[in-house]
Amino acid sequence: MARAVSTRRKIGFTVAAWAVALLIFFPILYTIITSFKSETEAIAGFSLVPSGTLESYAEVQAQSNYFKFFLNSVIIAVGSTILALLVAIPAAWSMAFSPTKRTKDILMWMLSTKMMPAVAVLVPIYLIFRDTYLLDTRIGLTVMLMLINLPIVVWMLYTYFREIPGEILEAARMDGATLWGEIVHVLTPMAVPGIASTMLLNIILAWNEAFWTIRLTTTNAAPLTAFIASFSSPQGLFWAKLSAASTLAIAPILIMGWFSQRQLVRGLTFGAVK
Amino acid sequence: MGNITLKKVSKSFGATTIIPEIDLQIEDGEFVVFVGPSGCGKSTLLRLIAGLEDTSAGTISIDGRDVTGEAPAKRRLAMVFQSYALYPHMTVYKNIAFPLKMTGEDATVIDKKVKDAARVLNLTNYLERRPGQLSGGQRQRVAIGRAIVRQPSAFLFDEPLSNLDAALRGTMRLEISELHHQLKTTMIYVTHDQVEAMTMADKIVVLNAGNIEQVGSPMELYKTPKNLFVAGFIGSPKMNLINGAAAAKHGATTIGVRPEHLGISTTAGEWKATVGVAEHLGSDTFLHVQAGDVGPLTVRADGELGVRHGDTIFLTPSPNKIHRFGADGRAM
Repeated sequence: MARAVSTRRKIGFTVAAWAVALLIFFPILYTIITSFKSETEAIAGFSLVPSGTLESYAEVQAQSNYFKFFLNSVIIAVGSTILALLVAIPAAWSMAFSPTKRTKDILMWMLSTKMMPAVAVLVPIYLIFRDTYLLDTRIGLTVMLMLINLPIVVWMLYTYFREIPGEILEAARMDGATLWGEIVHVLTPMAVPGIASTMLLNIILAWNEAFWTIRLTTTNAAPLTAFIASFSSPQGLFWAKLSAASTLAIAPILIMGWFSQRQLVRGLTFGAVK
Repeated sequence: MGNITLKKVSKSFGATTIIPEIDLQIEDGEFVVFVGPSGCGKSTLLRLIAGLEDTSAGTISIDGRDVTGEAPAKRRLAMVFQSYALYPHMTVYKNIAFPLKMTGEDATVIDKKVKDAARVLNLTNYLERRPGQLSGGQRQRVAIGRAIVRQPSAFLFDEPLSNLDAALRGTMRLEISELHHQLKTTMIYVTHDQVEAMTMADKIVVLNAGNIEQVGSPMELYKTPKNLFVAGFIGSPKMNLINGAAAAKHGATTIGVRPEHLGISTTAGEWKATVGVAEHLGSDTFLHVQAGDVGPLTVRADGELGVRHGDTIFLTPSPNKIHRFGADGRAM
């Protein structure tokens, strides 16, 4: 039997949900509004109505080349995601379909590395990067972000693969598929929704990663996170410019997230409901 | 060709032995059914033959060639799974074509073989559909289609009908038997349903706790079960197994009488019984009766028999249809 919900309760829930959603979204909204203000307006006090000036954007672009940072972000986020998938698909496959006694422990161990504060390994990693000439290189950062997000990618894929009935893979084996054929022709196409949402989530995580991207780059490989950071300058805070830089930095990922939200939600709730 | 020989094959998972050493010979073109209760090792045995599980000891040969260590695909066997195991992202055409594509067959050959298989299995109109858009019976036919295009030396069926409803199960049973007559290829069929075993098999292998209890034709197993397990498992309704004085009279620890081998009279007979539930099926009536010291019995009677709950009847077993078993459970 369906649960009866009174109209008043429904209205209450709707209002509450909107209030929470607005509360969460408000900082982003206010950043966007502020980016269309002049510096004087921005420090004048709270106002939801900007003058609509584009001077902050012009100044930001004049001061530093947005597209260079943007390109770095794209290369690092997409590159690290592809690398992570290349490693994680076979790893998750083996853990899901031929688990050993230690599989659960390995998964927990991988996840536990995410519990460690990044700053704890800052010095050794910085030194490794320095000695291997990887500081401020795209390749170094791509590998770094791939390694950072790998546990999550393996975990997500492992969960998706577990949902695929083993009999289908056995059928492929009977049908003459090699291990590679099994992964390419059967497993991967069946796991496409899962792989797609893992990919999207990983791109977002890599795009927003600020700790390592700011510390391991200076100019050449600096992505948009470093671009924003460069506007919180020692000469004082320029709110409008900082907001314009932030808006430019988050816009691509926000647009991508908007268009792929169905895929993302499906990915995050995959397997929860049959 | 499809001769399959198992020599001293055993399978253990850690300390648990699923199949203790067994020997089995399957002749080319035979329809062999592995039957037994859940957990008796019949599916494991099939998977050992398929190569999906490794044997712990012993050898498996197909057409005289030792395949014990070979990968499933190299054994030239095709398997139909209980869950059909179709590739959900491929159309029916691609599903059936998949094994041919894996062996690198020419596209025109693939096309011909897929269309031939589709025609045999009445799937021609569904070739462009995906498995999700098909009924259970159609999916099963696609799974069979995928198996037959490879022209394997033997087909392996792992409880292929257990996901279907009763009516469809009957139809598919006939279709698979018909297919066997057409192809004349060895088929090994696993089921827990003794009706499927009796109706389809040339040879039945009755398994219990990993051991082969008896191998024989359906009628051999029905007429001369080697032990109590086979006696109780083969036949529907089950054979009545009677202990005590009634058995001792025949010089046995246990005697077995099939429900259809009990004569009914309303006036006189060997055992007096009170009718409990009477199941009227139209063609037959199954009577579940309580026969005093003999115990509860099942009787198969004529469909027209007009007995009711609580009636008293007399039963007499046909003298030459009594199965006698010793204290060790073996037939005497």
